[in-house]
Amino acid sequence: MNSHKHWLLPEGIDELLPAQAMQLEALRRHLLDQFSTWGYELVITPFIEYLDSLLTGAGKDLERQTFKMTDQISGRLLGIRADITPQAARIDAHQLCCEEPNRLCYIGSVFRTRGDGFSASRSPLQIGAELYGHAGVESDVEILCLMMETLKSAGVENVFLDLGHVGVFRGLSRQAELEPAQEKALFAALQRKAVPEIRALGADFDLEPQLAQMFVQLAGLNGKAEVLQQAREQLAAASDEVQAAIDAVEQTGQLLQNHLPDLPVHYDLAELRAYQYQTGLVFAAFVPGSGKEIARGGRYDRIGEKFGRARPATGFSADLKTLMRFGQMPRPAAPEKIYAPWQPDAGLDQIIRELRNRGKTVLQELPGQAGDAHSMGCSHVLVREGGSWKVQLLAEQ
Amino acid sequence: MEFKSPITIALPKGRILKDTLPLLAEIGIELRDNPDTSRKLILDTNIDALKVVLIRATDVPTYVQWGAADLGVTGKDTLVEHGGEGLYEPLDLQIAKCRLMVAGHPDASLDGQRLRIATKYVKAAKRHFAAKGQQVEIIKLYGSMELAPLVGLSDLIVDLVESGNTLKANGLVPLEFVMDISSRLVVNKASWKMKHETIIALVEALSEAVDG
Repeated sequence: MNSHKHWLLPEGIDELLPAQAMQLEALRRHLLDQFSTWGYELVITPFIEYLDSLLTGAGKDLERQTFKMTDQISGRLLGIRADITPQAARIDAHQLCCEEPNRLCYIGSVFRTRGDGFSASRSPLQIGAELYGHAGVESDVEILCLMMETLKSAGVENVFLDLGHVGVFRGLSRQAELEPAQEKALFAALQRKAVPEIRALGADFDLEPQLAQMFVQLAGLNGKAEVLQQAREQLAAASDEVQAAIDAVEQTGQLLQNHLPDLPVHYDLAELRAYQYQTGLVFAAFVPGSGKEIARGGRYDRIGEKFGRARPATGFSADLKTLMRFGQMPRPAAPEKIYAPWQPDAGLDQIIRELRNRGKTVLQELPGQAGDAHSMGCSHVLVREGGSWKVQLLAEQ
Repeated sequence: MEFKSPITIALPKGRILKDTLPLLAEIGIELRDNPDTSRKLILDTNIDALKVVLIRATDVPTYVQWGAADLGVTGKDTLVEHGGEGLYEPLDLQIAKCRLMVAGHPDASLDGQRLRIATKYVKAAKRHFAAKGQQVEIIKLYGSMELAPLVGLSDLIVDLVESGNTLKANGLVPLEFVMDISSRLVVNKASWKMKHETIIALVEALSEAVDG
């Protein structure tokens, strides 16, 4: 019995052993290179920040998800990042200050006080890309294409895309002049497609029958592209904001069709996700076998404003560890290892240096160590032949 | 109904199962195995693509949330305790109906300071008293809540009340209404999107069976 549990990790915190770590690192490099070819520049954001700026423009959900501590120098509250997106938005709005479209990408560990449902992980490795400075659906489509490309690179197959738009619910809420608490209650019911509750809430809030009915119908507005036509009919009495949102979803779907004709797209106008900071199109990728989305994103045009400069923004992010779990990546072959004996010999040192410079893996024996070349997993050995050192294949044992 | 995708439905043993089977029969789904005698946990139905898993009522939301089952039937009481995260609950099946009530001795006070409440329904009880602006101590029990006030473990209980006979037999009465309970159809979010046609057809058929 191991009575000392010092090896135990906190709930939802994990680590990767060499084989997995190598696989993840190969994928990380590949994806960052890929982002680079699309013009997305890497930023490395701080691990901790003042809580105020970390949570600027973000909602209550993110606040609950953020680990907090006190800064011994300033006495202010610090937060450990739970999402890199707002940090990237701060960099774009405050540090870079260009007027042109700006493309940023990032990868880093984020920490969450609670795992969110399916992936119990509290330490995802967040990878993502953000595009600032363009308000049209074309930038959303670019981000969507990049997301699909990312999934493809990670070997994730059979992806379903889910498209929605927060403008539909937001527009209806504004039209119904809902108070914040009412909006929150309806939002929660809508997220669960709990039609009986939505109906009950409509009656509780004394909504006009037509508006109440539109909220109920919104819960059913999901499916293939035909659903957008259905939305136009059922939400005909809704404000221009709602109509514009439906148009935006439709345009996105059409543009996407040109780029990725084989991608199955599912529309869901009631799916709102990070509603508090999202302002437009929202989307997520699903795969069979995963009970929840494996990548998600959308438009969030207002965060920059809080940092001094309103900038249209759209982006996506995913957890690299989740992508690896659902992806069929070929395992990178472990490098061939060459075993070198321990000997004070300048010629030996020289050849080891040369081999390593050529990218070979050389393990040098340590005097008195346990095991030999074979048990150390080496396929080759360095042996002295005549006056010089040669690499020789290790005979099978 | 045509099943384009394989579907797994999670059903809890007991009363909900008994009330759900007639609804399923109405839309043409019947179990091949008898759930009362079979020891199998995964049951076949007359439709090859459709399987039923029999599990504990409180496990249904978990199975569906994780996608181990595409759909499930569970009481609103269980859903409130689970939190409903990652689930859609599009349909009230109007079965296994009862009420969640505060109950206690007929002369028990509802307004004391720091009342002790024994219940299996911790979240619902907390939410109910918090909404009334009342601070209470919740004592979590797994069953036989009626016993708690009798032996002085708690001042009141929060429990499901159907006929009120169990309460009555123990000298207790329902005192305050918390919420109406009935069984809901719950659906996994990813299944909803990826098996959309099949799931929507099922939900619509069940909806008609409920109304009809």
